[in-house]
Amino acid sequence: MSVFEVINNILKIVGDAVAGLITSLLGAGALSEIVVMFIAAFVICGFCAVAFMAMTYAERKIVARIQDRIGPNQAGPYGVLQPLADGVKMFTKEDTTPATADRWVYNLAPLVIAVFALLTYAVIPFAPSVVGANLNIGVLYVIAVGSGSTIAIMMAGWGSNNKYSLLGAFRTVAQLVGYEVPMLLNVLPVVMLSGSMSLVDIVERQTLANGAHGIPFILMLPLSALIFLISGIAETGRSPFDLLEAESEIVAGFHVEYSGMKFALFFLGEYVNALAVSIMFAVLFLGGYAGPVLPPYIWLLLKAAAVFTVLMWLRGTLPRVRVDQLMSFNWKFLVPMSIVNVILVMVLAKVFVADPALAAANGGIAVSPGMQALILFVSNGVVLLSALGIVARHARQMRLVEAEDLEKRRAQNMLVAAKAVAQ
Amino acid sequence: MRTDFTFVAVMMVAAVLMMGVALVGAALLRPKKPSKAKLETYECGMETVGDAWVQFRAQYYIFALIFVLFDVGGVFLFPFAVAYNSLPLYAVGILSLFILILLGSLLYAWRKGVLQWD
Repeated sequence: MSVFEVINNILKIVGDAVAGLITSLLGAGALSEIVVMFIAAFVICGFCAVAFMAMTYAERKIVARIQDRIGPNQAGPYGVLQPLADGVKMFTKEDTTPATADRWVYNLAPLVIAVFALLTYAVIPFAPSVVGANLNIGVLYVIAVGSGSTIAIMMAGWGSNNKYSLLGAFRTVAQLVGYEVPMLLNVLPVVMLSGSMSLVDIVERQTLANGAHGIPFILMLPLSALIFLISGIAETGRSPFDLLEAESEIVAGFHVEYSGMKFALFFLGEYVNALAVSIMFAVLFLGGYAGPVLPPYIWLLLKAAAVFTVLMWLRGTLPRVRVDQLMSFNWKFLVPMSIVNVILVMVLAKVFVADPALAAANGGIAVSPGMQALILFVSNGVVLLSALGIVARHARQMRLVEAEDLEKRRAQNMLVAAKAVAQ
Repeated sequence: MRTDFTFVAVMMVAAVLMMGVALVGAALLRPKKPSKAKLETYECGMETVGDAWVQFRAQYYIFALIFVLFDVGGVFLFPFAVAYNSLPLYAVGILSLFILILLGSLLYAWRKGVLQWD
């Protein structure tokens, strides 16, 4: 018996004991069921809080290393107690509400962002049967709840009655709302290929059980995965898309006026959302909890940690984009490319069908799942490369026009100078 | 009565409770000595002039409208995506047309210069 099996058994025994205790206290019925649900909900929220602390530490340490600094190293060995120290500080810090702020909106905003961030975790499958609620509209639910942070940031920016906050709120409307479109469009191919919006079913399609093909969707839809990751980073407002809280331009954007625990809740919301995007990427494109040897939840956390490492890496290396670049990148590049990609995947997966029974029923050429994956991979790559090619050609033309313009102006200046000398 | 969404409701209550406890606990622990200077709006040391509650630029609304276009489109696309496996090829063709109309409206907005941020 391996270590993991022992841990699994202990968890199972503890869980059964708690459930049994509650049933014996309250009697079997709706009440005890709801109490058990509450305990599960608190466990998930607690997991998020612990993950939040671990992530702040990991991010500070790793970004510090990327930027050739040491990072936190005073509280405890290697600074591991830094998150706890921060927590104590946040708890005991004086908290002011600006006199001119809209008190209700201002004070509710941190609660709203934290609650919406935590709500995402109600549908995430941590292991085959360990899922809060296996909703049959899971993907749609995650996207819907994820956009709740837009409302919270809007509330914070507007309620503070501060010019920097308001600028942050303006940018939020433009950015978070806009980047939801490519996110939506790139979840679509995954839902089409797995035939379900339930996150459990999507993971099951990427495992070898129940006659599924066992190919993670990142190998079938690499372009969708890439755009999902980019729009996910923009949705959580992380660098290089952290315009809503750009320190060097608008101080801290929407949370300038917040301090103490309210600020901590904003911070928590941001990190919990970033983890949710990492986990969603792992679930949709990397096969979620599927994996050999190690237990499922370890696989999910490993995959999510890998994605989060990429997010940290991007944060440590890329400079912030400009607002106009941000908008053009979304509406003129990501969205058209996603639409073309969706149509291509839609048609190709219907023409080259992996399931022979479906091919017989609806027409189309029956191919092996590996062959279908290869076809989709190539079509994704072609879309990406041709989009990049179009952009490169356009940029070259722009540069040529600019160079011509410069040449013309230089000649004109020379002429003027020559005339002046002649006089 | 007990559906999948019960857990979502329970989770919402639990999250509000947990975060509410954190907020109330901090409110009990922290010092509270407000002064006039502390309660001023922060503006890097400058004294604030006027109110921040101004009107949004019209351009934001246009972006919001384009967003609504795609979001409502998404509502139609997701049921299709779930049923995708059992649909024949011509259904895919019709849906492609639908998505192309969405793309057309985006291109129209683009051509009209709406997407130019200035």
